[in-house]
Amino acid sequence: FYYSSCVIQLPVITSSTIVRCRSCRTYINPFVSFIDQRRWKCNLCYRVNDVPEEFMYNPLTRSYGEPHKRPEVQNSTVEFIASSDYMLRPPQPAVYLFVLDVSHNAVEAGYLTIVCQSLLENLDKLPGDSRTRIGFITFDSTVQFYNLQEGLSQPQMLIVSDIDDIFLPTPDSLLVNLHESKELIKDLLNALPNMFTNTRETHSALGPALQAAFKLMSPTGGRISVFQTQLPSLGAGLLHSREDPNQRSSTKVVQHLGPATDFYKKLALDCSGQQTAVDLFLLSSQYSDLASLACMSKYSAGCIYYYPSFHRSHNPAQAEKLQKDLKRYLTRKIGFEAVMRIRCTKGLSIHTFHGNFFVRSTDLLSLANVNPDAGFAVQMSIEESLTDTSLVCFQTALLYTSSKGERRIRVHTLCLPVVSSLADVYAGADVQAVVCLLANMAVDRSVSSSLSDARDALVNAVVDSLAAYMSTASNLQQSMLIAPNSLKLFPLYILALLKQKAFRTGTSTRLDDRVYAMCQMKSQPLVHLMKMIHPNLYRIDKLIDESTIHVNDRVVPQPPLQKLSAEKLTREGAFLMDCGSIFYIWIGKNCSNNFIKDVLGYPNYASVPQKMTQLPEVDALSSERTRSFISWLRDSRPLSPVLQVIKDENPAKTDFFQHLIEDRTEAAFSYYEFLLNIQQQICK
Amino acid sequence: MPRGAALPGRGEGVAGRAYGSREGGGRRGGMESVVFIFSLIDCCALIFLSVYFIITLSDLECDYINARSCCSKLNKWVVPEVIGHAVVTVLMLISLHWFIFLLNLPVATWNIYRYIMVPSGNMGVFDPTEIHNRGQLKSHMKEAMIKLGFHLLCFFMYLYSMILALIND
Repeated sequence: FYYSSCVIQLPVITSSTIVRCRSCRTYINPFVSFIDQRRWKCNLCYRVNDVPEEFMYNPLTRSYGEPHKRPEVQNSTVEFIASSDYMLRPPQPAVYLFVLDVSHNAVEAGYLTIVCQSLLENLDKLPGDSRTRIGFITFDSTVQFYNLQEGLSQPQMLIVSDIDDIFLPTPDSLLVNLHESKELIKDLLNALPNMFTNTRETHSALGPALQAAFKLMSPTGGRISVFQTQLPSLGAGLLHSREDPNQRSSTKVVQHLGPATDFYKKLALDCSGQQTAVDLFLLSSQYSDLASLACMSKYSAGCIYYYPSFHRSHNPAQAEKLQKDLKRYLTRKIGFEAVMRIRCTKGLSIHTFHGNFFVRSTDLLSLANVNPDAGFAVQMSIEESLTDTSLVCFQTALLYTSSKGERRIRVHTLCLPVVSSLADVYAGADVQAVVCLLANMAVDRSVSSSLSDARDALVNAVVDSLAAYMSTASNLQQSMLIAPNSLKLFPLYILALLKQKAFRTGTSTRLDDRVYAMCQMKSQPLVHLMKMIHPNLYRIDKLIDESTIHVNDRVVPQPPLQKLSAEKLTREGAFLMDCGSIFYIWIGKNCSNNFIKDVLGYPNYASVPQKMTQLPEVDALSSERTRSFISWLRDSRPLSPVLQVIKDENPAKTDFFQHLIEDRTEAAFSYYEFLLNIQQQICK
Repeated sequence: MPRGAALPGRGEGVAGRAYGSREGGGRRGGMESVVFIFSLIDCCALIFLSVYFIITLSDLECDYINARSCCSKLNKWVVPEVIGHAVVTVLMLISLHWFIFLLNLPVATWNIYRYIMVPSGNMGVFDPTEIHNRGQLKSHMKEAMIKLGFHLLCFFMYLYSMILALIND
């Protein structure tokens, strides 16, 4: 449902004039008012502008004199083809650089095979046109470049060992045209996994490799994908182990949530200035100071992928996740050299932005790459009184270069009513947006102040909002906790947030896991984030009895959502938990053998293997229903999730049970206790 | 004893005292004026520095320069400002001007505290990735304005004290 809404009809305007307000430069949108046929009033700054002559003609209906019927004014989301006024330089080609860790640790983990295989499969599906370029850098204690010049018979490796003053060994042919050198690239990808099998290098010179990558990419811009498996231990940007394993369950101060050095931040800003984004894949089994490494992606508009305890053979779930993520990562749409500006009606102002980008000036966000899996949040404040306005509008304009080299502007306009009573404000509250914004704010507060401050602030948010609502409600009953219908799940979601890896205390949490969860909060879109915070739990051993819907001539059962509490689990049942990027199927000890035989393909409970990640295709109605339900869930999101079947002895069992947020744990409240706590705080 | 003989004695005593007081007072007066001349010059430099901060920050607000160049310019002058103000404060302490010392002490400690408490991942007191977040630009601007007002006040105080010290010479 969510994914398919991305392929709605997007009107693309190719007219030569883009109509914008003369003072505030807002694009014309459905919420402007036409004063007469020739003038329009901007809805953000209220200035009256003239309608240009070309705009009076509507190419769709071939009629004249009806500017309000043009597609720009009929749709709140449009895409313009930008003229050369909107370009500082000719649109860049798609340039992809892969920086791969080949130290002993990396070879042990075995990620290189998966990456090379995925690249080989998806080489033709990389977004781009005939100018697409690609390059590779590998590094351990030295940095290796690969000359892929078209005429060579095989790829040539060039090693630079002077990592304190890194330089590019040849001026060109390190980043080559994808189509011209395709055979050489395929040879390299086939040879890479075996080239380093006997390496004894244990150091990782990530900093110098990144500096070299930056030098290589500065003329054009593009995307750098970094694969790292350990703490960088050599050269510039080397990091030390800061985590104290004994402090993992600390209920007091959680330290080292911020970066240790400004090297990666400076590098990210340099890259952002040259329109290069750095994406990080961290595949490590030990502490790798993600808090510092994440900076390279956060400020250059990159994205971060994290695979804790990655090992190709010992941890097949992570290996499969890497494979699926890579497929999506390599083939999804991408935009280059982008800037985004958010404008709002006079009287409001935007003061804080959340997401992976660099705020270049007061409301201009610099995004070296833009991709459809990123989410952003902004905080605005009301500067002037809005008593005499009835509508406020927000407009986001993203100017980017498509992967085919076209300069485009995508404009979204949102219009919201201004109401005068508090009860109306509460009635229109979007609880999911509120929770996600609070999560972003809590991450900022944890890093700048402390984690316990952030936790208190989250609870205060619930207390204050419900107290304010109760003061407007007419029938006050002090002994009850009243919430408006729109916010009835607000305490539940905040409790779930407090039990998230990012914010929980008292339960052993690795520092890298926590930092990664915080990075996810800041960069994931809302739908994905909500699944992370509050997963969906379904009972799946009785799917045959459930009501169904028909989707694309498939019968999809619709089991009801269960509360996230262990009292809903029974030993006789099997349950599916949808956590966004991962599905858990939990089988109770006394689950019926029919279910285990039909859906899992094993005769009884004891024979189900520990690391099962796929459901077999058995010719039984329950198997068909289960598989169609799971693929219906999968189709509703762009990222393909991995599946894990959990029996009682599986180590992933703790992950599953940690998501049952309504229960009491030794460090946290149950849902009922939390509600009591809130009520006490309100009635104080 | 003849009066004349007594007079020189008294005169000597008086003259000696006068000489002594003038020398001691002169030394003190001389020192005072040197101290205040130096503080005045230092305060002048701090005023110019505050104005530079305000101009650079308002350039950033109006989009004339970008965040990175603004922050690198300002970070260059953070340590000179801390040192400049600390020197004045210590000088006031040494020359036993308690009131002015106590007036300067909070600002000096605030400067030092702000410099020390920069988080390890930040690129200095002014960080280009944080400056547009959470109204930091406005708070830096306010801080620079307050410092400007404070330095102007101190300037006039030093000027007054210096003139007083020079007159008492």
